[in-house]
Amino acid sequence: MIALLTRDLRLAVRAGGGFGLGLAFFLIVVTLVPFGVGPEGGVLARIAPGILWLGALLACLLSLDRIFALDFEDGSLDLLATAPIPLEGVVSVKAAAHWLTTGLPLVLAAPVFGVLLHLPQPAYFWLVVSLMLGTPALSVLGTFGAALTVGLKRGGLLLSLLVLPLYVPTLIFGAELVRRGANGMDTQVPLLMLAGITAACVAVVPFASAAAIRVNLR
Amino acid sequence: MMPELGKYTVTVMGSYIATIALLAVLVALTLWKGARVKRALDAQEERMKKNG
Amino acid sequence: MSIWEYANPKKFMQTSSWALPFVTVGAVGCLAVGLFWGFFLTPEATNFGSTVKVIYVHVPSAMMAINIWVMMLVTSLIWLIRRHHVSALAAKAAAPIGMVMTLIALITGAIWGQPMWGTWWEWDPRLTSFLILFLFYLGYMALWEAIDNPDTAADLTGVLCLVGSVFALLSRYAVNFWNQGLHQGATLSLDKQENISDVYWFPLLLCIAGFVLLFVTLLLLRTRTEIRARRLKALEQRERMA
Repeated sequence: MIALLTRDLRLAVRAGGGFGLGLAFFLIVVTLVPFGVGPEGGVLARIAPGILWLGALLACLLSLDRIFALDFEDGSLDLLATAPIPLEGVVSVKAAAHWLTTGLPLVLAAPVFGVLLHLPQPAYFWLVVSLMLGTPALSVLGTFGAALTVGLKRGGLLLSLLVLPLYVPTLIFGAELVRRGANGMDTQVPLLMLAGITAACVAVVPFASAAAIRVNLR
Repeated sequence: MMPELGKYTVTVMGSYIATIALLAVLVALTLWKGARVKRALDAQEERMKKNG
Repeated sequence: MSIWEYANPKKFMQTSSWALPFVTVGAVGCLAVGLFWGFFLTPEATNFGSTVKVIYVHVPSAMMAINIWVMMLVTSLIWLIRRHHVSALAAKAAAPIGMVMTLIALITGAIWGQPMWGTWWEWDPRLTSFLILFLFYLGYMALWEAIDNPDTAADLTGVLCLVGSVFALLSRYAVNFWNQGLHQGATLSLDKQENISDVYWFPLLLCIAGFVLLFVTLLLLRTRTEIRARRLKALEQRERMA
Protein backbone atom coordinates (compact mmCIF):
# COMPACT_ATOMS: atom_id res chain seq x y z
CA MET A 1 0.00 0.00 0.00
CA ILE A 2 2.88 2.33 0.80
CA ALA A 3 4.38 1.46 -2.57
CA LEU A 4 1.11 2.38 -4.25
CA LEU A 5 0.97 5.66 -2.38
CA THR A 6 4.52 6.62 -3.35
CA ARG A 7 3.83 5.59 -6.93
CA ASP A 8 0.76 7.78 -7.12
CA LEU A 9 2.56 10.69 -5.52
CA ARG A 10 5.49 10.33 -7.88
CA LEU A 11 3.19 10.19 -10.88
CA ALA A 12 1.38 13.31 -9.72
CA VAL A 13 4.62 15.21 -9.22
CA ARG A 14 6.06 14.13 -12.56
CA ALA A 15 2.92 14.99 -14.44
CA GLY A 16 3.33 18.48 -12.99
CA GLY A 17 0.04 20.29 -12.92
CA GLY A 18 -1.04 18.34 -9.83
CA PHE A 19 -0.49 20.87 -7.06
CA GLY A 20 0.17 23.78 -9.33
CA LEU A 21 -3.13 23.71 -11.14
CA GLY A 22 -5.35 23.37 -8.09
CA LEU A 23 -3.52 26.14 -6.27
CA ALA A 24 -3.59 28.44 -9.28
CA PHE A 25 -7.31 27.84 -9.64
CA PHE A 26 -7.83 28.62 -5.97
CA LEU A 27 -5.85 31.86 -6.36
CA ILE A 28 -7.89 32.87 -9.39
CA VAL A 29 -11.19 32.30 -7.59
CA VAL A 30 -9.99 34.37 -4.66
CA THR A 31 -8.79 37.12 -7.00
CA LEU A 32 -12.02 37.24 -8.96
CA VAL A 33 -14.30 37.56 -5.95
CA PRO A 34 -13.40 41.20 -5.15
CA PHE A 35 -14.01 42.09 -8.79
CA GLY A 36 -17.47 40.62 -8.42
CA VAL A 37 -18.51 42.06 -5.07
CA GLY A 38 -16.44 45.24 -4.88
CA PRO A 39 -13.24 45.98 -2.97
CA GLU A 40 -14.65 47.13 0.40
CA GLY A 41 -12.76 45.43 3.19
CA GLY A 42 -15.82 45.03 5.42
CA VAL A 43 -17.80 43.07 2.88
CA LEU A 44 -14.84 40.92 1.94
CA ALA A 45 -14.03 40.13 5.54
CA ARG A 46 -17.60 38.98 6.09
CA ILE A 47 -17.72 36.63 3.13
CA ALA A 48 -14.07 35.53 3.26
CA PRO A 49 -14.69 32.25 5.18
CA GLY A 50 -17.30 31.14 2.68
CA ILE A 51 -15.25 32.16 -0.35
CA LEU A 52 -12.12 30.42 0.89
CA TRP A 53 -14.06 27.25 1.55
CA LEU A 54 -15.81 27.39 -1.81
CA GLY A 55 -12.53 28.05 -3.62
CA ALA A 56 -10.85 25.11 -1.92
CA LEU A 57 -13.83 22.90 -2.71
CA LEU A 58 -13.86 23.82 -6.39
CA ALA A 59 -10.10 23.47 -6.70
CA CYS A 60 -10.45 20.02 -5.17
CA LEU A 61 -13.17 19.14 -7.67
CA LEU A 62 -10.94 20.12 -10.57
CA SER A 63 -8.53 17.22 -10.29
CA LEU A 64 -11.02 14.51 -9.31
CA ASP A 65 -11.59 13.00 -12.73
CA ARG A 66 -7.91 12.08 -12.98
CA ILE A 67 -7.92 9.91 -9.87
CA PHE A 68 -8.88 6.75 -11.72
CA ALA A 69 -9.06 7.79 -15.38
CA LEU A 70 -5.39 7.23 -16.26
CA ASP A 71 -5.18 3.92 -14.44
CA PHE A 72 -8.40 2.82 -16.07
CA GLU A 73 -7.14 3.62 -19.55
CA ASP A 74 -3.78 1.88 -19.33
CA GLY A 75 -5.22 -1.12 -17.52
CA SER A 76 -3.38 -0.75 -14.25
CA LEU A 77 -6.72 -0.44 -12.45
CA ASP A 78 -7.48 -4.04 -13.46
CA LEU A 79 -4.15 -5.06 -12.01
CA LEU A 80 -4.87 -3.19 -8.80
CA ALA A 81 -8.28 -4.84 -8.58
CA THR A 82 -6.70 -8.29 -8.74
CA ALA A 83 -3.83 -7.35 -6.44
CA PRO A 84 -3.63 -8.99 -3.01
CA ILE A 85 -4.68 -5.82 -1.20
CA PRO A 86 -8.45 -5.26 -1.12
CA LEU A 87 -9.90 -2.75 -3.55
CA GLU A 88 -11.22 -0.72 -0.62
CA GLY A 89 -7.60 -0.25 0.44
CA VAL A 90 -6.59 0.81 -3.07
CA VAL A 91 -9.38 3.37 -3.10
CA SER A 92 -8.33 4.72 0.30
CA VAL A 93 -4.75 5.06 -0.88
CA LYS A 94 -5.89 6.84 -4.02
CA ALA A 95 -7.92 9.24 -1.90
CA ALA A 96 -4.92 9.82 0.37
CA ALA A 97 -2.71 10.55 -2.62
CA HIS A 98 -5.27 12.96 -3.97
CA TRP A 99 -5.48 14.70 -0.62
CA LEU A 100 -1.71 14.98 -0.30
CA THR A 101 -1.34 16.47 -3.77
CA THR A 102 -4.44 18.68 -3.80
CA GLY A 103 -5.97 19.06 -0.36
CA LEU A 104 -2.85 19.65 1.68
CA PRO A 105 -1.42 22.40 -0.57
CA LEU A 106 -4.80 24.12 -0.44
CA VAL A 107 -4.82 23.99 3.35
CA LEU A 108 -1.34 25.49 3.50
CA ALA A 109 -2.10 28.18 0.93
CA ALA A 110 -5.46 29.19 2.36
CA PRO A 111 -4.11 31.52 5.10
CA VAL A 112 -2.06 33.40 2.49
CA PHE A 113 -5.14 33.87 0.34
CA GLY A 114 -7.05 34.85 3.48
CA VAL A 115 -4.90 38.00 3.61
CA LEU A 116 -6.18 38.98 0.18
CA LEU A 117 -9.75 38.80 1.46
CA HIS A 118 -9.15 40.68 4.74
CA LEU A 119 -9.93 37.60 6.77
CA PRO A 120 -10.27 38.67 10.44
CA GLN A 121 -7.31 37.85 12.67
CA PRO A 122 -8.80 35.14 14.93
CA ALA A 123 -10.16 33.24 11.94
CA TYR A 124 -6.80 32.14 10.50
CA PHE A 125 -6.34 29.40 13.04
CA TRP A 126 -9.85 28.08 12.49
CA LEU A 127 -9.49 28.30 8.73
CA VAL A 128 -6.51 25.98 8.77
CA VAL A 129 -8.14 23.65 11.28
CA SER A 130 -11.41 23.43 9.37
CA LEU A 131 -9.75 22.84 6.01
CA MET A 132 -7.39 20.31 7.55
CA LEU A 133 -10.36 18.42 8.95
CA GLY A 134 -12.70 18.91 6.00
CA THR A 135 -10.59 18.37 2.86
CA PRO A 136 -9.98 14.65 3.50
CA ALA A 137 -13.75 14.17 3.30
CA LEU A 138 -13.75 16.08 0.00
CA SER A 139 -11.07 13.78 -1.40
CA VAL A 140 -12.79 10.60 -0.24
CA LEU A 141 -16.18 11.67 -1.59
CA GLY A 142 -14.42 12.73 -4.77
CA THR A 143 -13.03 9.24 -5.27
CA PHE A 144 -16.58 7.96 -4.99
CA GLY A 145 -17.71 10.29 -7.78
CA ALA A 146 -14.64 9.40 -9.84
CA ALA A 147 -15.33 5.69 -9.33
CA LEU A 148 -18.90 6.11 -10.57
CA THR A 149 -17.87 7.93 -13.73
CA VAL A 150 -14.59 6.20 -14.50
CA GLY A 151 -15.79 4.32 -17.57
CA LEU A 152 -17.44 7.33 -19.19
CA LYS A 153 -16.04 9.37 -22.05
CA ARG A 154 -17.07 12.79 -20.85
CA GLY A 155 -17.51 12.18 -17.17
CA GLY A 156 -16.12 15.52 -15.96
CA LEU A 157 -19.31 17.54 -15.88
CA LEU A 158 -21.38 14.64 -14.62
CA LEU A 159 -18.81 14.10 -11.90
CA SER A 160 -19.35 17.65 -10.61
CA LEU A 161 -23.11 17.19 -10.64
CA LEU A 162 -22.81 13.98 -8.63
CA VAL A 163 -20.18 15.11 -6.16
CA LEU A 164 -21.20 18.67 -5.33
CA PRO A 165 -24.45 17.77 -3.51
CA LEU A 166 -22.42 15.34 -1.40
CA TYR A 167 -20.17 18.21 -0.37
CA VAL A 168 -23.01 20.20 1.18
CA PRO A 169 -22.69 19.05 4.81
CA THR A 170 -18.90 19.43 4.83
CA LEU A 171 -19.14 22.90 3.32
CA ILE A 172 -21.80 24.01 5.77
CA PHE A 173 -19.93 22.94 8.87
CA GLY A 174 -16.52 23.96 7.54
CA ALA A 175 -17.54 27.49 6.61
CA GLU A 176 -19.62 27.81 9.78
CA LEU A 177 -16.61 26.86 11.87
CA VAL A 178 -14.49 29.60 10.30
CA ARG A 179 -17.30 32.15 10.60
CA ARG A 180 -17.78 31.41 14.26
CA GLY A 181 -14.04 31.50 14.79
CA ALA A 182 -13.90 34.91 13.12
CA ASN A 183 -16.63 36.26 15.37
CA GLY A 184 -15.19 34.72 18.50
CA MET A 185 -18.22 32.51 19.05
CA ASP A 186 -18.38 28.97 20.37
CA THR A 187 -16.76 26.67 17.82
CA GLN A 188 -17.21 23.31 19.45
CA VAL A 189 -20.37 22.11 17.70
CA PRO A 190 -19.33 22.68 14.06
CA LEU A 191 -15.83 21.46 14.87
CA LEU A 192 -17.10 18.16 16.19
CA MET A 193 -19.66 17.79 13.40
CA LEU A 194 -17.03 18.45 10.73
CA ALA A 195 -14.63 15.98 12.27
CA GLY A 196 -17.42 13.43 12.62
CA ILE A 197 -18.49 13.74 9.00
CA THR A 198 -14.92 13.38 7.81
CA ALA A 199 -14.28 10.37 10.02
CA ALA A 200 -17.47 8.69 8.82
CA CYS A 201 -16.68 9.43 5.17
CA VAL A 202 -13.14 8.08 5.45
CA ALA A 203 -14.44 4.95 7.13
CA VAL A 204 -17.46 4.14 4.98
CA VAL A 205 -17.27 5.76 1.54
CA PRO A 206 -14.29 3.67 0.27
CA PHE A 207 -16.59 0.63 0.37
CA ALA A 208 -19.06 2.36 -1.91
CA SER A 209 -16.25 3.52 -4.22
CA ALA A 210 -14.78 0.05 -4.40
CA ALA A 211 -18.20 -1.39 -5.22
CA ALA A 212 -18.58 1.12 -8.03
CA ILE A 213 -15.15 0.29 -9.44
CA ARG A 214 -15.92 -3.43 -9.37
CA VAL A 215 -19.05 -2.75 -11.39
CA ASN A 216 -17.13 -0.63 -13.87
CA LEU A 217 -14.43 -3.24 -14.37
CA ARG A 218 -16.91 -6.05 -14.90
CA MET B 1 -69.02 29.94 -9.39
CA MET B 2 -65.54 31.35 -9.04
CA PRO B 3 -64.59 31.60 -5.38
CA GLU B 4 -63.59 35.00 -4.07
CA LEU B 5 -59.84 34.86 -3.71
CA GLY B 6 -59.31 38.51 -2.84
CA LYS B 7 -55.86 39.92 -3.21
CA TYR B 8 -54.32 36.48 -3.40
CA THR B 9 -55.92 35.52 -6.73
CA VAL B 10 -52.60 35.42 -8.53
CA THR B 11 -50.96 33.36 -5.81
CA VAL B 12 -53.61 30.67 -5.65
CA MET B 13 -54.30 30.52 -9.37
CA GLY B 14 -50.59 30.60 -10.14
CA SER B 15 -49.73 27.66 -7.96
CA TYR B 16 -52.65 25.57 -9.25
CA ILE B 17 -51.78 26.37 -12.83
CA ALA B 18 -48.08 25.66 -12.28
CA THR B 19 -48.86 22.32 -10.65
CA ILE B 20 -51.32 21.21 -13.26
CA ALA B 21 -49.07 22.34 -16.10
CA LEU B 22 -46.05 20.48 -14.72
CA LEU B 23 -48.08 17.33 -14.10
CA ALA B 24 -49.56 17.58 -17.58
CA VAL B 25 -46.10 17.80 -19.11
CA LEU B 26 -44.98 14.78 -17.10
CA VAL B 27 -48.03 12.75 -18.11
CA ALA B 28 -47.69 13.77 -21.75
CA LEU B 29 -44.01 12.84 -21.87
CA THR B 30 -44.72 9.52 -20.18
CA LEU B 31 -47.50 8.64 -22.60
CA TRP B 32 -45.55 9.84 -25.62
CA LYS B 33 -42.42 7.89 -24.79
CA GLY B 34 -44.52 4.85 -23.88
CA ALA B 35 -46.32 4.93 -27.24
CA ARG B 36 -43.08 5.42 -29.15
CA VAL B 37 -41.28 2.54 -27.47
CA LYS B 38 -44.31 0.29 -27.86
CA ARG B 39 -44.52 1.05 -31.57
CA ALA B 40 -40.80 0.41 -32.05
CA LEU B 41 -41.00 -2.85 -30.13
CA ASP B 42 -44.02 -4.05 -32.11
CA ALA B 43 -42.28 -3.23 -35.38
CA GLN B 44 -39.15 -5.05 -34.27
CA GLU B 45 -41.05 -8.14 -33.16
CA GLU B 46 -43.00 -8.17 -36.42
CA ARG B 47 -39.82 -7.98 -38.45
CA MET B 48 -38.13 -10.74 -36.50
CA LYS B 49 -41.16 -12.96 -36.85
CA LYS B 50 -41.07 -12.51 -40.60
CA ASN B 51 -37.40 -13.31 -40.85
CA GLY B 52 -37.81 -16.34 -38.68
CA MET C 1 -47.61 -16.56 -4.22
CA SER C 2 -45.10 -14.04 -3.08
CA ILE C 3 -44.19 -10.50 -3.97
CA TRP C 4 -41.13 -11.75 -5.83
CA GLU C 5 -43.36 -13.11 -8.53
CA TYR C 6 -43.65 -9.59 -9.87
CA ALA C 7 -39.91 -9.56 -10.43
CA ASN C 8 -40.67 -11.56 -13.55
CA PRO C 9 -41.13 -8.93 -16.27
CA LYS C 10 -43.85 -10.92 -17.98
CA LYS C 11 -45.85 -11.32 -14.80
CA PHE C 12 -45.32 -7.65 -14.06
CA MET C 13 -46.61 -6.65 -17.48
CA GLN C 14 -49.72 -8.81 -17.08
CA THR C 15 -50.56 -7.58 -13.61
CA SER C 16 -49.81 -3.95 -14.34
CA SER C 17 -51.92 -3.94 -17.48
CA TRP C 18 -54.78 -5.32 -15.37
CA ALA C 19 -54.23 -2.80 -12.59
CA LEU C 20 -53.61 0.29 -14.70
CA PRO C 21 -57.25 1.20 -15.46
CA PHE C 22 -58.16 1.07 -11.77
CA VAL C 23 -55.35 3.26 -10.52
CA THR C 24 -55.82 5.67 -13.40
CA VAL C 25 -59.49 6.11 -12.63
CA GLY C 26 -58.67 6.37 -8.93
CA ALA C 27 -55.99 8.98 -9.51
CA VAL C 28 -58.11 11.11 -11.81
CA GLY C 29 -61.12 10.80 -9.51
CA CYS C 30 -59.31 11.67 -6.30
CA LEU C 31 -57.40 14.52 -7.88
CA ALA C 32 -60.45 15.98 -9.57
CA VAL C 33 -62.64 15.83 -6.48
CA GLY C 34 -59.87 16.80 -4.07
CA LEU C 35 -58.60 19.76 -6.06
CA PHE C 36 -62.12 20.94 -6.89
CA TRP C 37 -63.15 20.67 -3.25
CA GLY C 38 -59.98 22.38 -2.11
CA PHE C 39 -60.18 25.12 -4.66
CA PHE C 40 -63.86 25.98 -4.68
CA LEU C 41 -65.42 24.80 -1.46
CA THR C 42 -62.99 25.55 1.37
CA PRO C 43 -63.29 28.75 3.39
CA GLU C 44 -60.51 31.26 3.83
CA ALA C 45 -58.26 30.79 6.81
CA THR C 46 -58.08 33.66 9.26
CA ASN C 47 -54.38 34.31 9.05
CA PHE C 48 -53.58 33.04 5.57
CA GLY C 49 -56.57 34.32 3.61
CA SER C 50 -57.32 32.36 0.49
CA THR C 51 -53.68 31.28 0.12
CA VAL C 52 -54.58 28.35 2.35
CA LYS C 53 -55.81 26.69 -0.84
CA VAL C 54 -52.24 26.33 -2.00
CA ILE C 55 -51.64 23.53 0.50
CA TYR C 56 -53.74 21.18 -1.64
CA VAL C 57 -50.98 21.10 -4.22
CA HIS C 58 -47.99 22.02 -2.08
CA VAL C 59 -48.24 19.49 0.74
CA PRO C 60 -49.00 16.38 -1.37
CA SER C 61 -46.23 17.13 -3.86
CA ALA C 62 -43.73 17.76 -1.07
CA MET C 63 -44.70 14.48 0.59
CA MET C 64 -44.36 12.63 -2.68
CA ALA C 65 -40.98 14.20 -3.40
CA ILE C 66 -39.58 12.57 -0.28
CA ASN C 67 -41.55 9.33 -0.50
CA ILE C 68 -40.49 8.72 -4.08
CA TRP C 69 -36.85 8.98 -3.08
CA VAL C 70 -37.50 6.46 -0.31
CA MET C 71 -39.21 4.18 -2.81
CA MET C 72 -36.18 4.49 -5.11
CA LEU C 73 -33.95 3.61 -2.18
CA VAL C 74 -35.97 0.47 -1.48
CA THR C 75 -36.09 -0.66 -5.11
CA SER C 76 -32.37 0.06 -5.52
CA LEU C 77 -31.65 -2.10 -2.49
CA ILE C 78 -33.82 -4.89 -3.89
CA TRP C 79 -31.91 -4.67 -7.17
CA LEU C 80 -28.51 -4.67 -5.50
CA ILE C 81 -29.36 -7.57 -3.23
CA ARG C 82 -31.67 -9.79 -5.26
CA ARG C 83 -30.94 -8.51 -8.78
CA HIS C 84 -34.50 -8.28 -10.06
CA HIS C 85 -34.43 -6.17 -13.19
CA VAL C 86 -37.94 -4.82 -12.77
CA SER C 87 -36.90 -3.32 -9.48
CA ALA C 88 -34.02 -1.37 -11.01
CA LEU C 89 -36.23 -0.21 -13.86
CA ALA C 90 -38.89 0.93 -11.40
CA ALA C 91 -36.28 3.08 -9.65
CA LYS C 92 -35.28 4.55 -12.99
CA ALA C 93 -38.91 5.18 -13.89
CA ALA C 94 -39.64 6.86 -10.57
CA ALA C 95 -36.84 9.42 -10.64
CA PRO C 96 -38.33 11.88 -13.16
CA ILE C 97 -41.67 11.76 -11.33
CA GLY C 98 -39.90 12.56 -8.07
CA MET C 99 -38.03 15.39 -9.71
CA VAL C 100 -41.24 16.94 -11.00
CA MET C 101 -42.84 16.60 -7.55
CA THR C 102 -39.87 18.36 -5.98
CA LEU C 103 -40.13 21.08 -8.58
CA ILE C 104 -43.86 21.52 -7.91
CA ALA C 105 -43.23 21.77 -4.18
CA LEU C 106 -40.52 24.38 -4.76
CA ILE C 107 -42.51 26.44 -7.24
CA THR C 108 -45.78 26.47 -5.34
CA GLY C 109 -43.80 27.23 -2.20
CA ALA C 110 -42.14 30.18 -3.91
CA ILE C 111 -45.44 31.49 -5.25
CA TRP C 112 -46.97 31.19 -1.81
CA GLY C 113 -43.97 32.64 -0.03
CA GLN C 114 -44.09 35.81 -2.09
CA PRO C 115 -47.20 37.32 -0.43
CA MET C 116 -46.86 35.55 2.93
CA TRP C 117 -43.19 35.99 3.72
CA GLY C 118 -42.61 38.83 1.30
CA THR C 119 -40.00 36.92 -0.66
CA TRP C 120 -39.90 34.31 -3.40
CA TRP C 121 -37.00 32.49 -1.94
CA GLU C 122 -35.59 32.27 1.53
CA TRP C 123 -32.63 30.14 2.58
CA ASP C 124 -34.83 28.36 5.02
CA PRO C 125 -33.89 24.79 6.05
CA ARG C 126 -36.90 23.13 4.43
CA LEU C 127 -36.56 25.05 1.19
CA THR C 128 -32.84 24.50 1.05
CA SER C 129 -33.05 20.79 1.68
CA PHE C 130 -35.65 20.49 -1.06
CA LEU C 131 -33.31 22.25 -3.43
CA ILE C 132 -30.58 19.79 -2.47
CA LEU C 133 -33.00 16.90 -2.97
CA PHE C 134 -33.72 18.31 -6.42
CA LEU C 135 -29.99 18.27 -7.19
CA PHE C 136 -29.80 14.65 -6.08
CA TYR C 137 -32.63 13.74 -8.44
CA LEU C 138 -30.83 15.52 -11.28
CA GLY C 139 -27.54 13.72 -10.59
CA TYR C 140 -29.28 10.37 -10.33
CA MET C 141 -31.07 10.83 -13.66
CA ALA C 142 -27.93 12.14 -15.36
CA LEU C 143 -26.00 9.05 -14.28
CA TRP C 144 -28.70 6.77 -15.74
CA GLU C 145 -28.53 8.65 -19.02
CA ALA C 146 -24.75 8.61 -19.21
CA ILE C 147 -24.11 4.87 -19.00
CA ASP C 148 -24.83 2.61 -21.96
CA ASN C 149 -24.74 -0.83 -20.39
CA PRO C 150 -28.09 -1.20 -18.55
CA ASP C 151 -26.79 -3.49 -15.79
CA THR C 152 -23.81 -1.26 -15.07
CA ALA C 153 -26.10 1.75 -15.02
CA ALA C 154 -28.50 0.03 -12.63
CA ASP C 155 -25.67 -0.96 -10.29
CA LEU C 156 -23.99 2.43 -10.24
CA THR C 157 -27.20 4.40 -9.81
CA GLY C 158 -28.19 2.00 -7.05
CA VAL C 159 -24.98 2.72 -5.18
CA LEU C 160 -25.44 6.43 -5.81
CA CYS C 161 -28.98 6.23 -4.44
CA LEU C 162 -27.73 4.62 -1.22
CA VAL C 163 -24.95 7.14 -0.68
CA GLY C 164 -27.21 9.97 -1.79
CA SER C 165 -29.87 9.00 0.74
CA VAL C 166 -27.40 9.19 3.58
CA PHE C 167 -26.13 12.56 2.43
CA ALA C 168 -29.58 13.96 1.72
CA LEU C 169 -30.50 13.16 5.29
CA LEU C 170 -27.23 14.54 6.59
CA SER C 171 -27.72 17.73 4.58
CA ARG C 172 -31.18 18.09 6.05
CA TYR C 173 -29.75 18.29 9.56
CA ALA C 174 -26.70 20.30 8.52
CA VAL C 175 -28.97 22.87 6.91
CA ASN C 176 -31.12 22.96 10.00
CA PHE C 177 -28.09 23.84 12.02
CA TRP C 178 -26.97 26.44 9.50
CA ASN C 179 -30.11 28.53 9.45
CA GLN C 180 -33.24 28.63 11.54
CA GLY C 181 -36.26 28.87 9.34
CA LEU C 182 -39.50 30.62 8.61
CA HIS C 183 -41.33 27.54 7.45
CA GLN C 184 -44.16 26.35 9.66
CA GLY C 185 -43.92 22.91 11.19
CA ALA C 186 -45.57 19.82 9.81
CA THR C 187 -49.10 20.37 8.59
CA LEU C 188 -50.07 16.79 9.17
CA SER C 189 -49.73 14.46 12.04
CA LEU C 190 -51.75 11.53 13.27
CA ASP C 191 -53.10 13.83 15.91
CA LYS C 192 -54.90 15.97 13.40
CA GLN C 193 -56.90 18.18 15.74
CA GLU C 194 -53.73 19.88 16.81
CA ASN C 195 -52.79 21.14 13.39
CA ILE C 196 -55.57 21.64 10.99
CA SER C 197 -59.32 21.66 11.10
CA ASP C 198 -61.61 19.18 9.37
CA VAL C 199 -62.70 21.64 6.70
CA TYR C 200 -59.19 21.56 5.26
CA TRP C 201 -58.30 18.06 6.35
CA PHE C 202 -60.64 15.99 4.18
CA PRO C 203 -59.94 17.60 0.82
CA LEU C 204 -56.26 17.48 1.70
CA LEU C 205 -56.49 13.73 2.36
CA LEU C 206 -58.20 13.31 -1.00
CA CYS C 207 -55.49 15.29 -2.73
CA ILE C 208 -52.77 13.24 -1.09
CA ALA C 209 -54.52 10.06 -2.17
CA GLY C 210 -54.79 11.51 -5.65
CA PHE C 211 -51.08 12.34 -5.81
CA VAL C 212 -50.15 8.87 -4.56
CA LEU C 213 -52.40 7.20 -7.11
CA LEU C 214 -51.11 9.46 -9.84
CA PHE C 215 -47.60 8.46 -8.91
CA VAL C 216 -48.53 4.77 -9.04
CA THR C 217 -50.17 5.23 -12.42
CA LEU C 218 -47.20 7.04 -13.89
CA LEU C 219 -44.80 4.61 -12.27
CA LEU C 220 -46.56 1.62 -13.82
CA LEU C 221 -46.70 3.30 -17.21
CA ARG C 222 -43.05 4.31 -17.12
CA THR C 223 -41.86 0.95 -15.83
CA ARG C 224 -43.76 -0.76 -18.63
CA THR C 225 -42.06 1.56 -21.08
CA GLU C 226 -38.66 0.78 -19.59
CA ILE C 227 -39.30 -2.96 -19.80
CA ARG C 228 -40.35 -2.64 -23.42
CA ALA C 229 -37.31 -0.50 -24.20
CA ARG C 230 -35.07 -3.10 -22.61
CA ARG C 231 -36.68 -5.86 -24.65
CA LEU C 232 -36.37 -3.79 -27.80
CA LYS C 233 -32.68 -3.31 -27.15
CA ALA C 234 -32.19 -7.03 -26.59
CA LEU C 235 -34.06 -7.91 -29.78
CA GLU C 236 -32.08 -5.44 -31.83
CA GLN C 237 -28.90 -6.90 -30.45
CA ARG C 238 -30.00 -10.43 -31.28
CA GLU C 239 -30.85 -9.36 -34.79
CA ARG C 240 -27.45 -7.82 -35.28
CA MET C 241 -25.78 -10.96 -34.00
CA ALA C 242 -27.71 -13.20 -36.36
